[in-house]
Amino acid sequence: MEETLTFVTLTLAATLRVATPLVLCAMGGLFSEKSGIIDVGLEGKMLMAAFFAAATASLTGSIWAGVGAGIVAAEVMALLHGVACITYRGNQVVSGIALNILAAGLTVVLGTAWFARGGQTPPLGDSERLMPIFFPVARDNILVYAALLSVPFTWWAIARTRFGLRLRAVGEMPLAVDGAGVSVGWLRYRAVLLCGLFAGLAGAYLSMAQNAGFSRDMTAGQGFIALAAIIFGKWRPFPAFGACLIFGLLDAVAIRLQGVSVPGVGEVPVQLIQALPYLLTLFLLAGFIGNAVAPKAAGIPYEKEH
Amino acid sequence: MQSLTAGAAAIELRDIDKSFGAVHAVRGVSLAVARGSITGLVGENGAGKSTLMSILYGLYRADAGQILIEGQAVDMASPRDAIAHGIGMVHQHFMLVDTFTVLENLVLGAEGGPLLARGMAAARAELMRLGREYGLSVDPDARVADLSVGEQQRVEILKVLFRGARMLILDEPSAVLTPQETDRLFEILRALRERGVTVVLITHKLREVMAVADRVVVMRQGEVVAERRTVDTNTDELAELMVGRKVRLDLDKGPPLQGESMLTARGLSLVDRRGVRLLDSIDLDLRAGEIVGIAGVSGNGQTELLQVLAGIRAPTAGRLEVCGRAVDPDHPIDPAEMRELGLAHVPEDRLRQGLVAAFEASETSILGYQDQPPYCRNHLLDAPAVGRHCAELMRRFDVRPQAPGLRSSHFSGGNQQKLILAREMSRLPKVLLVGQPTRGVDIGAIEFIHRELVKSRDAGCAILIVSVELEEILSLADRVLVMSGGRIVGEVSADQADERTLGRMMADA
Repeated sequence: MEETLTFVTLTLAATLRVATPLVLCAMGGLFSEKSGIIDVGLEGKMLMAAFFAAATASLTGSIWAGVGAGIVAAEVMALLHGVACITYRGNQVVSGIALNILAAGLTVVLGTAWFARGGQTPPLGDSERLMPIFFPVARDNILVYAALLSVPFTWWAIARTRFGLRLRAVGEMPLAVDGAGVSVGWLRYRAVLLCGLFAGLAGAYLSMAQNAGFSRDMTAGQGFIALAAIIFGKWRPFPAFGACLIFGLLDAVAIRLQGVSVPGVGEVPVQLIQALPYLLTLFLLAGFIGNAVAPKAAGIPYEKEH
Repeated sequence: MQSLTAGAAAIELRDIDKSFGAVHAVRGVSLAVARGSITGLVGENGAGKSTLMSILYGLYRADAGQILIEGQAVDMASPRDAIAHGIGMVHQHFMLVDTFTVLENLVLGAEGGPLLARGMAAARAELMRLGREYGLSVDPDARVADLSVGEQQRVEILKVLFRGARMLILDEPSAVLTPQETDRLFEILRALRERGVTVVLITHKLREVMAVADRVVVMRQGEVVAERRTVDTNTDELAELMVGRKVRLDLDKGPPLQGESMLTARGLSLVDRRGVRLLDSIDLDLRAGEIVGIAGVSGNGQTELLQVLAGIRAPTAGRLEVCGRAVDPDHPIDPAEMRELGLAHVPEDRLRQGLVAAFEASETSILGYQDQPPYCRNHLLDAPAVGRHCAELMRRFDVRPQAPGLRSSHFSGGNQQKLILAREMSRLPKVLLVGQPTRGVDIGAIEFIHRELVKSRDAGCAILIVSVELEEILSLADRVLVMSGGRIVGEVSADQADERTLGRMMADA
């Protein structure tokens, strides 16, 4: 009995831990997508943030310098996306993919040049990492709580504030916002920058809390899973949070199941278990979520008629 | 406002001039609009009326000239300035967020603070007050997408009043309304006028200007060519002033021949993937030598009916017979085969389905027939032949400019439409489907297109017309069918039809 309880508790704690970067990314992505800017570059932002956070923490020995550097790196990426998509009205998907490729390459090149460890940053000591606050066994660092708080915050900001109202409007009908004398571009820039902030925190979490240092491609598609979570949640914060938890749970179970022999089946191959979250994404996206309606103006650059 | 010196006009424009590149859109226009009046601004497309109003609303900057609001010179750098000076604009295409409630749309851009709660409560009270005062009641919590077009327009007007507008510009406000909704709009405009609101109405519907405006300003080629009090003028005079020559919009047409049946539909239905019934058991007969008009508020299945009849979409139930060929869900057809049977189609949305904007006019002139001689030989296009063909069409249908090498998008809406009509009619089709024959087309070109359609009918072509302009249906059609909710809800012969009856059928069913 007690053993089961421990197992459940640990699995839940692991779920939350694994879900944290997804939740942060999804909330960031929500701001961007609600404003009409599709963000497939979440992955790249997070990766860049993870690298610069770990590199800075390792070079300065300061946790907060590390987290700050992660945010700045993600914001630079967000600005690039903004300039390409908002100012120059480029294709948002192409820009996002380009940023992902840039991040995948640049982190490795810089990592090799600076640290000569095959793209990795030096391992971070405990004083350079985000450590648990209350329950060491659950590894509950501050960003886990930040992720939990980000959900009601996002909901409140979108549903209850002037900024949120305009954000929703600009993602549906930018013309109406422009006609009301509010700048479409500035609204979208703010949304994209908010997205960068959250993705930066997610990246810092990956390399400074979940792991002790950066390794190449360590985001492993989590940015895309966060994007999927936004879609499952139909662009609403709490349902998107739920989707992140489901992914987190699957991942946590996958880790726990490794090497465990299931009665009647035998030992489940690790590869299959690791593929579970991605398989679920495929299944859900293929139509188990019903009719998810994206913001109407998502992906369409806004051009004034004159 | 009462303290203002008597005689100062609500809006005064002095010598406004505006060019776009080589196009001189507005040429030294001076205009004064009295407070608490309704002024109609009429003119053909490209006459400069929308440009002039955009300058007034701060969307464009005039190259020269002065704007005076209530006697004071002002600088209109952006719509924000216009709003601050009490000017509001209701655009032809509504600027509403569909997924928002009426109240949310109302406060957008004027929320009254960073948090919504307080501003929304105040806006709700203000909305109620405006509703009572002007008879503009709309449910504040209804989603805009669930409102009728007429109600959406009311929300647009409320939005403008909510921002404190004392001057209201409406751009083609009745284009999307049923006659009954238009009457309702005019009542509202009169109520606004009574309370001292100044209204400027941009329109091409002369009868409506005559019905609601106090004064009419006519523009042609960037200049104001006439100003009349409505009591001193009539639609014939206004049409002549707009075009610059005599226009005869009433058609002299004889009785229809009504030969053999060319197109028959029985129980034609179309259900989309989500299970929405777009067409519901349509029965339809189209005979050689007659024009049948389909009236209805747009979005009631007319688009889908045209698509099914043209072979673009297959019906999900029912049967269609075109020139002897049977079409049903098991025996679908494609538009190319339809064309071979002798059916021609002028689509409603000419920019998406009628032509390719980036193509030259000569290429547009053979779209759909590009694989046929003489345009195509041995799988290669014969460019000189195509050019000659296009030049011939342009000459016969008076397409301007007569430049086969010019890009299709560089022609005006009316000339694009004439080119497409020329392409389809020059094949001497047995059946001709025309969606919105004269949408966005100038009054002079309308006259021409209508005459060509009647000529075609008299030559034995079976013609089906779908139009949201009742006036057009009434003047062209020999029989009128009314569509609503995907069904044909009534049939009236042309001599018994009038706008009231049709409007009632369109709205009620």
